[in-house]
Amino acid sequence: MEEKKNRFAFLHSTIDAFDTFLRVPGTVTKTGSHVRDAVDLKRVMILVVVALVPAALFGMWNVGYQHNLATGAETSLLATFFYGFLKVLPLFVVSYVVGLAIEFAGAQIKGEEVNEGYLVSGFLIPLIVPVDVPLWMLAIAVAFAVIFGKEVFGGTGMNFLNPALLARAFLFFSYPTKMSGSEVWIALRKGETLIDGATGATPLSFTADGIDALANAGAQYGTSFMDLVIGTVPGSVGETSIIAILLGAAVLIWTGVASWKIMCSSVLGALFVGWLANVLGATTIPAYYQLVLGGFAFGTVFMATDPVTSAQTECGKWIYGFFVGALCVVVRLFNPGYAEGMMLAILLMNTFAPLIDYCVTTAAINRREKKFKTA
Amino acid sequence: MSNNINLKRGLNIPISGEAVLKTGKTIVPDVIAVKPSDFKGLVPRLLVREGDKVLAGSPILADKQSADILITSPVSGSVAEIVRGEKRKLLEVRIKAEGTQEFVDFGVQKASSMSADEVKALLMKSGLWAAIKQRPYGVLADPQIQPKAIFVSSFSTAPLAADTDYTLRDELLNVQAGVDALSRLSAGGIHFCINGKTSSSSPFHKVEHVQIHEVTGKHPAGNVGIQIANIDPIKKGETVWTVSILMLAAIGRLLNTGKVDLRRKVAVTGPKAINPCYVDALPGIAMKDLKEFYDNAAGDLRFVSGDVLSGTNVGENGFLGFFDDQVTLLHEGTEREILGWAKPFRFNQFSSSRSYFSWLLPKKKYDMDTNLHGGPRAFVVSDVYSKVLPVDIYPVYLAKACLAGDIDNMEKFGIYEVLPEDLALCEYVDPSKNNIQEIISNGINLMIKEMA
Repeated sequence: MEEKKNRFAFLHSTIDAFDTFLRVPGTVTKTGSHVRDAVDLKRVMILVVVALVPAALFGMWNVGYQHNLATGAETSLLATFFYGFLKVLPLFVVSYVVGLAIEFAGAQIKGEEVNEGYLVSGFLIPLIVPVDVPLWMLAIAVAFAVIFGKEVFGGTGMNFLNPALLARAFLFFSYPTKMSGSEVWIALRKGETLIDGATGATPLSFTADGIDALANAGAQYGTSFMDLVIGTVPGSVGETSIIAILLGAAVLIWTGVASWKIMCSSVLGALFVGWLANVLGATTIPAYYQLVLGGFAFGTVFMATDPVTSAQTECGKWIYGFFVGALCVVVRLFNPGYAEGMMLAILLMNTFAPLIDYCVTTAAINRREKKFKTA
Repeated sequence: MSNNINLKRGLNIPISGEAVLKTGKTIVPDVIAVKPSDFKGLVPRLLVREGDKVLAGSPILADKQSADILITSPVSGSVAEIVRGEKRKLLEVRIKAEGTQEFVDFGVQKASSMSADEVKALLMKSGLWAAIKQRPYGVLADPQIQPKAIFVSSFSTAPLAADTDYTLRDELLNVQAGVDALSRLSAGGIHFCINGKTSSSSPFHKVEHVQIHEVTGKHPAGNVGIQIANIDPIKKGETVWTVSILMLAAIGRLLNTGKVDLRRKVAVTGPKAINPCYVDALPGIAMKDLKEFYDNAAGDLRFVSGDVLSGTNVGENGFLGFFDDQVTLLHEGTEREILGWAKPFRFNQFSSSRSYFSWLLPKKKYDMDTNLHGGPRAFVVSDVYSKVLPVDIYPVYLAKACLAGDIDNMEKFGIYEVLPEDLALCEYVDPSKNNIQEIISNGINLMIKEMA
């Protein structure tokens, strides 16, 4: 074993990563507190993955279900799921293989331990892209996100943009024709065609024309509020089912991994702008529809709450979350180019999070100084 | 007049091995070590040579910056060995104790008839000046200045800490004498914090000439730094002094008996302590004197002088620290648990986060070991730290400012108000396994260097 280690010494980070993945390291505390809490980042990250599982499973089934709706096929529950599973699996493989390869190489070059942050990013990316995205595009997007979103800043904990969202943004801006419209949301086998009247467009793409357009979409899938909550509509793999996402949210909030403050304030922000737009006549979509359409719920629960790229202060989290929700709806309503506002809203607020924190901490310090001056 | 402070944030670590309230042994000292490293800010000048005879209270070290500040021997005997480290840094002065203890007589005094200068002079020549710590930075107090106030915490909430209601139950007169003497040194008086949970049964609520605060809460509510921040925070340019209740009693004993008598009850605790209880001991005793409390045949024990959060790892051949009244015995956790982090349940591990299920067993005590339970990472999670720190500061921001060596931001984020021990729990709960106490300590050292 020793000899083997020496021969592969140049692979130290890689060996260490697999080793510590399987067994808790035997390192003991050197300075400071002699005992430490059992929780570590691996545990935190795996909990996020656990929280994502319901959305992922539903997403796989939904891929099959949407395929059946669009082509008029009928299959058993298991076969439907399996169809989707086979479609989504390559996305996971590409995401993890490309992302982890870069992470390992990066750690190797820097001589550091491999960070487990990509466990989550790698799981998120397949869930926020359309199911039919070409795999080579996904690979490039993942590589871009990991290298320029994370590694250049020093890895997990140092990045200021959510890497998973960056991958999606890269896809959207580099390959716009492939990433929007009605081509990519429903996974078809070669040679299959849509049945008459069926559309590949997502419900969100109808909302620009108001609630009536959404209700009379004429699509093969239902567009009622309940349909949107259950998630039997086309969309990115993991984002459609509000129920599955809420299950994940419950796990995240209960374990304290993600901030309930961000989730709450994001919902408030979306409702507020949605309501304002209603009152002012900018749209006929009721505000609460904004919560169940598109990637809002998924983004609010899993992406906006990323502890690294969101605001760090408790007060800052309220402000940050509110603007995420508000900006998402603003983009949806007033930007004809992009139906989906959540990705841009979160990325924009990611860049503003440090500023929010700066303002919050400065204000808190000034307030404290004043308090003790008068006291 | 008392003042209630109820601190909501904090965490009591459920570690096993609490000392039962009885004194199991009186340790007759053999070799005792005086360690300059116990006194932060002391630049030691050695006053003795190997073979010199000393009495309890004889000077061993002096401070190079203010030569009047002396560190004295806790026992009578002869200097056996002077231990130096790299670059001849003075590590320990070991004193071989004699069978019968002889004390230097400083004369019985009454604090009420002493002036501030007399108190200072007495404390400095008896070696008890070192009992006073000065904040910011937690260094040896500067006798030239007058502090804003003096703070005393009469209890500790640290894991398995000695119960001062028990250890000092007969020392009320000495504590009172100590208070009377120290109250000469500050115009701001003495803030005396007692445990809100046991305030009525505690002997300390009878202490007079102090401002009493009843502090309730989980650890670190008993840390004097936390109490200061909640009573009258230290602002830039201010200094306060703190004295532990243990040393306050020793100061009182000096006045009442004329002797430097540092005998104290030390709690022998921890998961690896056999029959944990109290022993009657002196500061500087060897860990080997506690041999009936441990079994280190496998060489896998850690000997901590102090508590598990901010004590010092002294090793089996080490000695008790000057300020410590607790020894914690821990297992070195070098074993590697298969798939530890991925297991849904780990019943023998405690976590304050709900990512494990230890919240289901709130009464359970855990045999904790020194395993780090993970690899060091950058700060990721943002809200776990302030949940265990009942002070209005941003601990992660402070730590990052310290890492960056950014003096302005360190000031802004409260470096004057904390000592590493106050952020020990932040370090304990940190999922990224940063050594926050070391980071803060380095920050404080930088401040001392830059602001001097």
